[in-house]
Amino acid sequence: MDQTISVRVNDRSYDRSVEPRLLLSDFLRHELELTGTHVGCEHGVCGACTVLLDGVAVRSCLLFAVQADGRDVSTVEGLDGGTQALHPIQHGFWERHGLQCGFCTPGILMSLVPFLQENPNPTEEEIRDLLSGNICRCTGYQKIVEAVQLGARLIQEKSA
Amino acid sequence: MSTRQFGQPIKRNEDPRLLAGRALFTDDVQLAGMLHVAFLRSDLAHARIRSIDLGGAKERPGVAAVYTADDLGEYWQPGPLLVPPPPVGQLEFHPRTQVPLAKDKVRHAGEAVAVVVAESRYLAEDELDDIFVDYEPLDAVVDLEDALESGTPLVHDDLGHNINARGTQTKGDWAQAEDAADLVIRRRFHYDRGTAAAIENRGIVASWDDKSQQLTIWDTTQAPIAIRNGLAGMLGLSEHQVRVIAPFIGGGFGPKIMMFYPEEVLLAWATLQLGRPLKWIEDREENFYATTQERGQVHDATMALKNDGTVLGIKDVFLHDAGAYAPYGLTLPISSQCTLLGPYVVPEYHSEFTSVFTNKPIVTPYRGAGRQHGVFVMERLLDIAAKELGIDPISIRRKNYIQPDQFPYSNEIIFQDFTQLTYDSGNYEPALDRALELIGYQDFIRENQPRREAVGERVGISVVSYIEGTGIGPYEGARVTVEASGKVSVATGVGTQGQGHYTSFAQVVADQIGVAASDVHVVTGDTDLFYWGAGTFASRGAVVAGNAMHAAATKVRDKILKMAGEKLEAAEEDLELIEGRVQVKGVPQTSISIGELAVEANPMRGAVRPGTEPGLEATEYYGPERGATASGVHAMILRVDPETFLLEIEKYVVVHDCGTVINPLILEGQIQGGVAQGIGNAFYEQLHFDENGALRNASLMDYLLPTAADVPNIVSDHMETPSPLNPLGVKGAGEAGAIPVGALFAQALDNAFRDIGLEVREIPLSPNRLFELVTEASARGNA
Repeated sequence: MDQTISVRVNDRSYDRSVEPRLLLSDFLRHELELTGTHVGCEHGVCGACTVLLDGVAVRSCLLFAVQADGRDVSTVEGLDGGTQALHPIQHGFWERHGLQCGFCTPGILMSLVPFLQENPNPTEEEIRDLLSGNICRCTGYQKIVEAVQLGARLIQEKSA
Repeated sequence: MSTRQFGQPIKRNEDPRLLAGRALFTDDVQLAGMLHVAFLRSDLAHARIRSIDLGGAKERPGVAAVYTADDLGEYWQPGPLLVPPPPVGQLEFHPRTQVPLAKDKVRHAGEAVAVVVAESRYLAEDELDDIFVDYEPLDAVVDLEDALESGTPLVHDDLGHNINARGTQTKGDWAQAEDAADLVIRRRFHYDRGTAAAIENRGIVASWDDKSQQLTIWDTTQAPIAIRNGLAGMLGLSEHQVRVIAPFIGGGFGPKIMMFYPEEVLLAWATLQLGRPLKWIEDREENFYATTQERGQVHDATMALKNDGTVLGIKDVFLHDAGAYAPYGLTLPISSQCTLLGPYVVPEYHSEFTSVFTNKPIVTPYRGAGRQHGVFVMERLLDIAAKELGIDPISIRRKNYIQPDQFPYSNEIIFQDFTQLTYDSGNYEPALDRALELIGYQDFIRENQPRREAVGERVGISVVSYIEGTGIGPYEGARVTVEASGKVSVATGVGTQGQGHYTSFAQVVADQIGVAASDVHVVTGDTDLFYWGAGTFASRGAVVAGNAMHAAATKVRDKILKMAGEKLEAAEEDLELIEGRVQVKGVPQTSISIGELAVEANPMRGAVRPGTEPGLEATEYYGPERGATASGVHAMILRVDPETFLLEIEKYVVVHDCGTVINPLILEGQIQGGVAQGIGNAFYEQLHFDENGALRNASLMDYLLPTAADVPNIVSDHMETPSPLNPLGVKGAGEAGAIPVGALFAQALDNAFRDIGLEVREIPLSPNRLFELVTEASARGNA
């Protein structure tokens, strides 16, 4: 009863045979060993497992791997575009102490990628609104907000 | 590096790996042949187990083993009492600790009854459905006061009552205070349970390798060394056969230091039985039941004062909810008892607690660890007294502060570290003044609030003080080594859960050795690399491990200077360490790299002088005689929506004194994160147990953690009153942000609703509860 799926993850194709009930988060973490995507609640609240599915931020714990068949997935491991260098958003987090334990961070980064593409100059309110979909238990969010502001600036400087 | 790195806001060494998703967390460990474990947990809070029918689960394909308590044989033992009772004068103590799997009876919802090991977690969970446990439901003990009534059900039948402990501590003579008082305030205060809710749930990977006879365990624990030693003892292995690794951990906050959770004990045993690696990762629902919780207390408190606001004494009698088992002894009620006194002179004090067993999940320290309750009671009493005496809440605090020339200040009773509660240092009034300035107190009271109240707004202000006993013993250690590359490695026993240890410890070492903090590689939480120490708890990492680090680095520095002096034919005092080299001061040509010295300190041929220790390495330990006392003042302005009773925190100020600061960036992060948890505790987070002991909100949909939309920006400032007790002058900061927030909310709400005489005496609140309290207060006012 396994199903064969073909998923592109971070620009690499993977063909795998999986149980239909296998969660996308477990598929990424355990089948592909892309363990940067974290699982915090398995009911779609905490946002730690956020990845991009065809460029849209989704909770990988609320999707089955078979739903990603034939589609493009991006995870935190692909943020560097294969360069091993930090993405400007990641630099923002490093500079502004936007993480403590770092467990929720990959999900937050992945939520931010499409957000900052659509909102290159977000206000603090817009940033907080976006972040309210991801729970961080360590930072109190203030430094994450600052990190996003810096990340947005760094993206613009890079593309300028 | 000639500039000092200690005290600088250096960005963290650990971040690139975490940001790239390449840091190893426990659930990231993948081993060949690994099996997966799921636990069958009781839905009932209190029930007798009549029988367990495995329903053929063992025979199902993909299932490697199913165990119940009976399968464990002699290995089935209640866990150890982790903290023996301190030498408190009057004490009654009935320890009962958690068991690996429930036998005969379950004592809280979520207690593990059976365990399934299978080829995947999916299969293991499937098999849980095949197992049938025949329970005889029993009435549950939920309410603290009911637990002590005669004829109430018993959590532990053999005890004959539900008392875990009773303890009384006194300072002076309360009766004298009461006799001399102009005013006596009596109130009852409630503080209810919450959960730490680290975003990473707990997890364990255990792997027994038969050929090397080694057991390796990856564990989301805050105390890897204690886990290694304990498990070795339980399993009959040598301590050197067991390696416990606490890798990156996704938040700890206390519950991850609860030692010998049933899952830790079982996986270590089962991998030996099966000869295959095993993994168990807690899911969020399990976390609500199987990870420890905190904060249920009920206080009956009395304060005696003079008309001018001088506090003469306090009597406090309280109940503490221990949950179903109490492995942590008296740590929490004693912490509440001691922290209550705060930064104030309280000449006479009588404090009496009863720790009560209930059919609810186990209680152990969670960030703040009993301190919240003490601060809440004290600050509320002061607020209420001030109101009755017609004094403003700032003046009553100022009037009762311990003065700077009174330190060290003894409160005579025994603290959780077994020593007399003595504050090492402090300077409270400047912090209060700074907080008043930053929050704009006078302006708010005189101008802002009246103007806004005139147009129907509900706005309130609050200012509270607290102290935090931090940096307690017994000890930690560190080994500092200069490697041939000229880089420095450091190993210590404390685990790390996001506090920035890889950076702050590197900063402590870097200054001594003369290298950049980024060239100091810190290893924490791997018992093969360092196996002495107690763990990360009680805001003690920076104080205790930090000072051990400093001592070891200083010793390595001495070795470097001695060797370089001989090499460069210079007096040691003429040498300096700069950017990984030792040079004659002002003569950079006459120099040698510390990497070269490290190579020479480890000769491969020839002879050395008798007594020579190889390498540029030193191991040192640090144990404080007693804890260092941090302190602070929080202030807040909040607005209450008169329709929805939702709150908006308009301004939040923290002025904090944790002695010398190692890294201000990391410190700010600790404070801000602590406040966020405090805000959750005060207004969002409450575990709702029904009368059967079932938890009604065991999911993140129903248990509300504060989001970025709820937590405000925090304005903070730091005072530095160095601790005289340790060479670095540091005090702990990990818990401070969370401690006074409940008291702060209560005062601000009272202030916003002072026209109707609102008096908040409980935490957590919620919009709904606030509405009820305001409605009650209005009705009383109109009656």
